[in-house]
Amino acid sequence: MLTTQFLLLGAVLFCIGVYGVLARKNAVMVLMSIELILNSVNINLLAFSVRHDSVDGNTFALYVIAIAAAEVGVGLAMVLLIYRNRRTIALDDLSEMKG
Amino acid sequence: MIATDLLVAQNVGFGIISLLMIIGAVRVVTVNNVVHAALWLVIVLSGAAAQYLLLSAEFVAITQVLVYVGAVMVLFLFGTMLTRARIGAESDLNNKNWFLGIPVALLMLGVMSYVIVDGFGSERLIENSGDMQPIPVQVISDDIFGPYLLPFWALSFVLLVAVIGAIVLARKD
Repeated sequence: MLTTQFLLLGAVLFCIGVYGVLARKNAVMVLMSIELILNSVNINLLAFSVRHDSVDGNTFALYVIAIAAAEVGVGLAMVLLIYRNRRTIALDDLSEMKG
Repeated sequence: MIATDLLVAQNVGFGIISLLMIIGAVRVVTVNNVVHAALWLVIVLSGAAAQYLLLSAEFVAITQVLVYVGAVMVLFLFGTMLTRARIGAESDLNNKNWFLGIPVALLMLGVMSYVIVDGFGSERLIENSGDMQPIPVQVISDDIFGPYLLPFWALSFVLLVAVIGAIVLARKD
């Protein structure tokens, strides 16, 4: 197996996730795209963990998974709160702080 | 890249799984139904777990299945069902300037692919990939509770704050 193939897979998933964050209006869909990005980072971490014959990449991949779980929990609570107050989760409509 | 070691079982598996993952990821960001997008995301996350197994990271793969496919997906489906009255196709999931995301993503992919191919080329991940041994959980725990104990504490605080914050935010008062 080559190093490049895992890194390229990570890059492709990362770019798809970035497209999703930019293009989606629904807040839940944006959170899903962020999950894609975090997973591509994990693939890179584990590939480098094997490449350097070290276990640190595995440790940090586990930390990233835990942070992602916390992020989704808080993010969905915020989405729920926004929906309760505004009856919509379209990110375009949340423009009070626009200058 | 030599043709003879291109067709070992690991590479074939990698190709099939990454194809499924890329198709799933593209569907996640293009499909017009939030529930379907969540189910496509399950394919991507399971594929990532399979890639971790290919990289001999068993513990991370199992954690991925437990945390992502188990817990995070249930959260996403709950979030979808609590915030929308109807389950079905929607036409207004994208911004009105959504097409601007395509050149941004393609440009980024071009730059990143160039850098990766330029930097690593056809370098082997490991000299003989048949020799890859799964990493024992004991080694990972020695790493977490040894040199990376401080990040672990910080992480526990982040999780605690996230739990409290989620309860406070979502509570009906």
